[in-house]
Amino acid sequence: MKKHIAGQAAVYLILILAAVFALYPVVYSFFLSVMTPEEASAFPPSIVPHSFNPANFIDVFGIVPIAAFIGNTFLVSGIVMIGQLITASLAAYAFAKMDFKGKGFIFSLFVASMMVPWEVTMIPNYLTVRSLNWLDTYQGLTVPFLATAFGTFLLRQFFLQLPKELFEAARMDGCGHIRYFLLHVLPLSRPAIGTLAVYSFLNTYNSYLWPLLITNSEMMRTVQIGISMLEFQESTSWNLVFAGISLVILPSLLLLVFGLKQLVRGMAAGALKG
Amino acid sequence: MLAYAFLAPSLLLFGVFMFYPLLRSVYLSLYSTDPAGRVASFVGAENFTALFSSGLFLDGIRVTVLFALLTVPAGMLLALVLAALTHNLLRGKRLFQFAFSLPMVLSVGSAAVIWKFLFHPSLGMLNYGLELAGFAPVPWLTSPKWALFSISLMTVWMNLGFNYIVISSGMQGIPDDMYESAKIGGAGPVAMFRQITIPLLSPTLFFVLVVSIISAFQSFGQINILTQGGPMDSTNVFVYSIYREAFVNFRFGTGSAQALLLFVVIMLLTLIQFKWIERKVHYQ
Repeated sequence: MKKHIAGQAAVYLILILAAVFALYPVVYSFFLSVMTPEEASAFPPSIVPHSFNPANFIDVFGIVPIAAFIGNTFLVSGIVMIGQLITASLAAYAFAKMDFKGKGFIFSLFVASMMVPWEVTMIPNYLTVRSLNWLDTYQGLTVPFLATAFGTFLLRQFFLQLPKELFEAARMDGCGHIRYFLLHVLPLSRPAIGTLAVYSFLNTYNSYLWPLLITNSEMMRTVQIGISMLEFQESTSWNLVFAGISLVILPSLLLLVFGLKQLVRGMAAGALKG
Repeated sequence: MLAYAFLAPSLLLFGVFMFYPLLRSVYLSLYSTDPAGRVASFVGAENFTALFSSGLFLDGIRVTVLFALLTVPAGMLLALVLAALTHNLLRGKRLFQFAFSLPMVLSVGSAAVIWKFLFHPSLGMLNYGLELAGFAPVPWLTSPKWALFSISLMTVWMNLGFNYIVISSGMQGIPDDMYESAKIGGAGPVAMFRQITIPLLSPTLFFVLVVSIISAFQSFGQINILTQGGPMDSTNVFVYSIYREAFVNFRFGTGSAQALLLFVVIMLLTLIQFKWIERKVHYQ
């Protein structure tokens, strides 16, 4: 019994140490975000803040248009999310419930496109977007990402699991594909659609390279690019840089606090079935 | 007919932003371009031979492979250990789950800026910690010897969330009665971990391995923010060097050639993994 307790204590000790290391960079960001400029750039650095300067959160809006960054990012992520849900659910329905000529071939095109690393298409896509005059626009940020092969697969798997009898019964009632899709398949697939929604939103929210390439003006930058701009502009006011970072990571932190369980389930579904 | 209408939006978008650019990459890789990206002249395989003779390709691969070796095994092992330790906790399980999943929701943009400060030569907490412990400060990002290691450290932290969540949920999928019967058979926790958890978890681990390697080969954000490929190209990973060729030097031809080589490398890696490792993976 004694040995058992010692083992438990060791496990907790390891876990607490690991948790401190995992949490530290984030907690430290919040600490820095309320320090005075002097404290943030003092040596030796403070481990916990000795000053409390919440005005940093207001001041940071004065240096860079952080409200615009956040607004842009939410708008772009929202558009991509809705677009992906529409295109993927339509395509997934066609693959799961319809018969048509060339299904095998088109399906294999979708499979193939999942294997292409995004970076391979980056240069031509940049040239296309530029020739359409879409640099620095919301179209440029969203349109190339409105369709998703991964999402199509995720939803197709789910649609395939819906019982055949349901479809036959709906047919008997004179229900066509469109009505069956809208009134039965979509409402029944809420868990899978929710997973895809969270996944695609987070993906776009966190994307870095594409917005870096195609946006130039400050007002079109997304949060991820804006954050690194903050650091280049005001390299001495680390407290303000971190106030900005804290504002930016807060939404996703809240998402984690309230949605950890769904996220775990969703990741598992996406990871192991996709 | 209706089926094609359902597929049309996806197919149209894939056509314009996936299949056409793929062909266009091949085309561009055979030409030299002017700085505006217009095709100037046909050069055949010259872009490719230039990549090999200048060492750009081999150096990029070398740095990227090293980066993968520094991040993938460490990242997986850490997540596996933490997932196993939290799996049967009675108290505080949710708290630890939260802590270990946390890095996942941070994007590479914010995470890299946070770590830039932690790595700061004089203000950074890492060097201060070393000093308190009586060690000499480390030139984290400024020395070619350390830079890739530093970026790997940050990347392992950043990947912890995803790896941990996927491996934890894989463990949840292992039926409890397997453990019960092993316990009755007198197996200790280590034996159970080796004989039940690892084999039954192998599809999940395999998935994490494939994803981690591919993502190591596609890393860009942390490099761009922390070191910009330097010092002395010591962190010039593949995607960063594509970016530099195409969007800093405006050589879209060699950039495209490099991108195609990345495609081939990732393809090969994926195939090898499926061929060799999947044989050893246990599927129920």
